[in-house]
Amino acid sequence: MLFDSYQPENFHDEMFQSRGCPRPHYQAVMDAINGLQGSEFQQRQTAVEAAFMRSGVTFTVYSDSQGTERIFPFDCVPRVIPALEWQRVERGLVQRLNALNLFLHDLYHDQRILKDRVIAPAYLLGAKHFRREFMHSSVPRDIYVHICGSDLIRDRSGNYLVLEDNLRCPSGASYMLENRSALKRSFPELFERAGVRPVDHYPSELLKVLQHCAPAQFRGDDAPQAVLLTPGVLNSAYFEHAFLARQMGIPIVEGRDLLVRDQKVYMRTTAGPLQVDVIYRRIDDDFLDPSVFRPDSMLGVPGLVQAVRAGHVTLANSIGTGVADDKVVYYFVPKIISYYLGEEPILPNVETFLASEPTDCSFILENLDKLVVKAANEAGGYGMLMGPWASRAEIEQFRRLIEANPRNYIAQHPVSLSRHPTWCGEQFEGRHIDLRPYILCGEKVTVTPGGLTRVALRKGSLVVNSSQGGGSKDTWVLQS
Amino acid sequence: MSPPPSSLPEETHCRPKSSVMLARVAGSLYWMSRYLERAENQARLIDVNLNLLLDFGHLSSSQLKDHWLPIVRSSGDEELFARLYQNADNRSVTEFMSLCRDNPNSLISCISAARENARQVRDQISSEMWEVLNEAHHFIQRSRPQDLWHQGASAFYERIKRYSHLFQGITVSTFSRNEGFEFIQFGKYLERADQITRLLDMKYHILLPTAAEVGGALDSAQWHAILRSASALEAYRRAYVSEVHYLKVIEFLLFDPHFPRGLRFCCQEMAHFIGLIEQHHCPPEGHSASRRFAGFCARLEREHVRAVVQRGLHEYLDEAQLEIAEAGNLLYQNYMYHPAVDLNAEIRFHQQQEQQQQSEPQQQSEPLQRQTADSTVTEATSKALDPDRNPR
Repeated sequence: MLFDSYQPENFHDEMFQSRGCPRPHYQAVMDAINGLQGSEFQQRQTAVEAAFMRSGVTFTVYSDSQGTERIFPFDCVPRVIPALEWQRVERGLVQRLNALNLFLHDLYHDQRILKDRVIAPAYLLGAKHFRREFMHSSVPRDIYVHICGSDLIRDRSGNYLVLEDNLRCPSGASYMLENRSALKRSFPELFERAGVRPVDHYPSELLKVLQHCAPAQFRGDDAPQAVLLTPGVLNSAYFEHAFLARQMGIPIVEGRDLLVRDQKVYMRTTAGPLQVDVIYRRIDDDFLDPSVFRPDSMLGVPGLVQAVRAGHVTLANSIGTGVADDKVVYYFVPKIISYYLGEEPILPNVETFLASEPTDCSFILENLDKLVVKAANEAGGYGMLMGPWASRAEIEQFRRLIEANPRNYIAQHPVSLSRHPTWCGEQFEGRHIDLRPYILCGEKVTVTPGGLTRVALRKGSLVVNSSQGGGSKDTWVLQS
Repeated sequence: MSPPPSSLPEETHCRPKSSVMLARVAGSLYWMSRYLERAENQARLIDVNLNLLLDFGHLSSSQLKDHWLPIVRSSGDEELFARLYQNADNRSVTEFMSLCRDNPNSLISCISAARENARQVRDQISSEMWEVLNEAHHFIQRSRPQDLWHQGASAFYERIKRYSHLFQGITVSTFSRNEGFEFIQFGKYLERADQITRLLDMKYHILLPTAAEVGGALDSAQWHAILRSASALEAYRRAYVSEVHYLKVIEFLLFDPHFPRGLRFCCQEMAHFIGLIEQHHCPPEGHSASRRFAGFCARLEREHVRAVVQRGLHEYLDEAQLEIAEAGNLLYQNYMYHPAVDLNAEIRFHQQQEQQQQSEPQQQSEPLQRQTADSTVTEATSKALDPDRNPR
């Protein structure tokens, strides 16, 4: 039996309560897989990988001059979340995104939260992604973040914690969908009687959100014209851009396909220019409009910001949302939730220390070898110090960095991420995982039942990012 | 004179949105289709010629050179070949035309260009179409010259041809009959028409027939090979029920109205798709491709093979190539290609507008300000939106 020798060890294991004793919601998965030989499992695993390659579910490796394409490693054992557990996660995520949208609206208008001294103004007004240019400029239906991908982890007792919010251009939703369809093809028997909630309505939900947020001035009888703006085929997430555009049936455009005249955005079609109402952009603020932000950006559309401000086109997500996923602002999200909603946060943060607070700072500097230090604005697992595993030199380097610019750093106790049985070529071993669910905000806030479970494939590693040796799993939310 | 930018919106909503297509997308579909067709023709050509050599027994190196060089020449890559290889023989030519990444017309380059164009319009084509091209790409990327010989060259070329056929079949069964389809088909027939002229021209270079050689064994084998390179041998036999005679071969490949790889058929199809494409739009004054190309097609119908050969086949083929290329150019310029926006002019323009807005305290001053804005704008606007599109 394939799981006989599996060791949960001293972690929260998603599948096993203790050695040989699966959690009830995993029983069916275990029985199905235990019926296979190791070689059979490996065969199906290989077949899935070949299928990903064939259909081009790949990302481009930048460092390689040949532009090699790799698949995002996929592990065939699904991660299972029981219905009750999910309900709580879902409520927590909805609560969080509602609060963050209220916060962004307030921050770009009256700034009550600053006047009431809930957060010191310096933290926000000095934040890298705060866009002063957008003060007092309104967005359709007051929605700033339409698409959110918050990263969740579970601690040693199995509590769900929010590790970070991704409020700019969260990626990975296409992998959530491709993983599901790959697993259905390769392990159909797993799905029998399991009662897994489907995820494939995500693209149509996303399209509804985009159309819901069309500019107030939109007067057409037809549906508003939405497009997906990509940096181009060379971008590592191009597969996802093309995938989502295809699933939604909207054109995928590059900056050079768009043109702004009279504060309106047009795309250049075979029949001449045609007006665009909503842009699902997968380009960061900085590169959107070279006439306002980075002048060297070849990806953007000159005049786009003016068109947005004039209310002729909607961007999803809006400009300036990055201020709310700054890791320093993350520290304040529980307060933000209580301030705007008058509720206790359902999903707690990981305990966080701010280097810019003198007492916290001295604590951080004294305990660099025990803490995880993160730069406020980095993503993808970069700009991080993993204290307990770091060398002396790395620690000293971060000490200097923190002392030079305390506003830019936070620290957290390392969380021992939960583990999940993962196929390692010959047998199952425990690997650390996280969860990125996808939250959409249109007429109301909805969470797709599932998400992207990322796996740190290297033994012992806590870094799940695809750029650093991470893989993924299909994520099941059960109907009951 | 370029239209003032404010006159745009009215004309923009007259088209149903379902048929909206970016000019860039049209261009990618067209090139995707051309490159794949080119690969298929090339694969057949190499395969047939490798096969033909088997009939000749041992050949000296100069004979081999005479055999292969016209083939290299037909795609216009002779110079490049001479730089990369010393001798023209089975291996060098086959490698050059199949797996050489430095040769822009090699199979590996064509397939990867087709696939790269498909990738750029991945959202527009069906998954099945994409998967064929992607698979072809991975297959040829994995292939090494030694495998090619080891596992049999014929099987290799067979597989390339199959990918192309599979792609065409899937396209017909999964792609909606919209403008995109028209660009795909137009690209395919244009490439095919061009290839058939090159194929015949190549024979012209190989063979400067003396009276004695015409009808001889070598001559006959070569005309067979030409037919097979166009996948036309069986169709020819059905049409003529007679020996392979060079005049009939030329007549069949150039003027047969029914054979789908023949020049006349391909040109009819091109004319058909040009007509459909131009129906959606009003082509710029004096730049209508359909009118011009219709004239060429009419001439094809009236042509007699003997007259053509008497006047000079090579000259005739040259002329046809020019007509075909011109049709492609007109369509490309009119619908698939928008000159790149001058980014710096655009940035300046929008920054000026921005400043003007900020310094516009009263509405009264607006008309004047607008005018100044317009005059600074003309440069950028005319480049980007003027229907008299700049040549490349």
